[in-house]
Amino acid sequence: MPAPTDPTPRLAEYAHPERLVTTSWLAENLDTPGLVVVESDEDVLLYETGHIPGAVKIDWHTDLLQPVERDYLDGAGFADLLASRGISRDTTIVLYGDKNNWWAAYTAWVFTLFGHEDVRLLDGGRNLWVAEGRELTTDVPSPARGDYPVVERDDRTFRAFKEDVLAHLGNGPLVDIRSPQEFSGERLHIPDYPEEGVLRGGHIPSARNVPWATAVAEDGTYKPRAELEAIYQEGGLGLTAGDSVITYCRIGERSSHTWFALRYLLGIDDVRNYDGSWTEWGNAVRVPIVAGAEPGEAPASVKQQQAA
Amino acid sequence: MTDAAPLPEPLAEIREEFLALPERERLQLLLEFSRELPGLPPRYESAPGLLEAVEECQSPVRAFAEVDGDVVHFYATAPQEAPTTRGFASILAQGLSGLSPQQVLDVPDDFPLMIGLTRAVSPLRLNGMAGMLTRAKRQVREQLAA
Repeated sequence: MPAPTDPTPRLAEYAHPERLVTTSWLAENLDTPGLVVVESDEDVLLYETGHIPGAVKIDWHTDLLQPVERDYLDGAGFADLLASRGISRDTTIVLYGDKNNWWAAYTAWVFTLFGHEDVRLLDGGRNLWVAEGRELTTDVPSPARGDYPVVERDDRTFRAFKEDVLAHLGNGPLVDIRSPQEFSGERLHIPDYPEEGVLRGGHIPSARNVPWATAVAEDGTYKPRAELEAIYQEGGLGLTAGDSVITYCRIGERSSHTWFALRYLLGIDDVRNYDGSWTEWGNAVRVPIVAGAEPGEAPASVKQQQAA
Repeated sequence: MTDAAPLPEPLAEIREEFLALPERERLQLLLEFSRELPGLPPRYESAPGLLEAVEECQSPVRAFAEVDGDVVHFYATAPQEAPTTRGFASILAQGLSGLSPQQVLDVPDDFPLMIGLTRAVSPLRLNGMAGMLTRAKRQVREQLAA
């Protein structure tokens, strides 16, 4: 039994208003039965410093990813994780987090791969909740175990692998949501921050650069639908509702934020997130790369293969 | 590489403190470190040259290793909403301050991986501390050369 939809008029404009909730709605609905609030942050300690009352924590590194292979947990692991947080298959999940919900959106995307029906984002994320002076607590809840079935992850509908991206070149739009410097290849890594380590700079041919932050207002909430349309659809990128779109960034988290906007706020059905993103593409052997500010064209060889 | 010199005492103590705890409780200790990060001395508060802005994906951290005669001081600041970064900085502030420049340069680059946080925090995040340590060493070297 899903929790009611936040009736805020601003949200009603979106294609799927039931996917977002406002801070004031959440504050009033914290005790709604069947609703679980989940915090997902970049910073692994932030939840411990204080969180929304009743919220549980799910960490992208230590909970969602496998420790050895670069992949997400499997159906059994997912069922165990969610049940341990008091979540059942029919639970309404409201996700929020730091950094403009990057990781919350990423977690929402992973939950969607497992087909969890009712996953919502707190519009404006942790920052807005804190900025409004709303309640935080350090009390960690001990929820009764949820009842979660083992479901197989669907890696086709909303997830793209490197091979899918290669097949997509020249056939559909690609949105690169990194900073312009990462897009052009000018910046590979951050000085003295040995991070994921990428060998080549630039972007996937034909990708258009729309940094993730373009989608949010000053307070971190998503921009109104008309503004999002002007950015991504007519007058902007020109995406249409029937397009098959792939988003990517560096490791797939910032692009989850844009994936969410395209899929649920603008209602484009076929949007896949390429989680390998630049840390895979920029290290892969013999994949085409374009340096500089222009999108560039899908290489002829790829087009020929597809025509053959 | 020959066998590394033993860790300087303050770093060795920090390491023992972490390793003495079960894995899950180590996060709490890191949180305590984050709360203990001392503020910047006033002369650094207003020195924008020390700020190495880090864009995207990393919390902004300002850090500086200062060589004062035979002794190194490590100062750092990071926002309250980045407690992990503050915890890393605090470990280095407590572990490096008071060492000689050579002792700082001899700290193993993989010290961040030696304190039992790899699983609780993840290696990728620990790179943040490795970066701070690399930077501190570079700053010490630059001052010794000056």
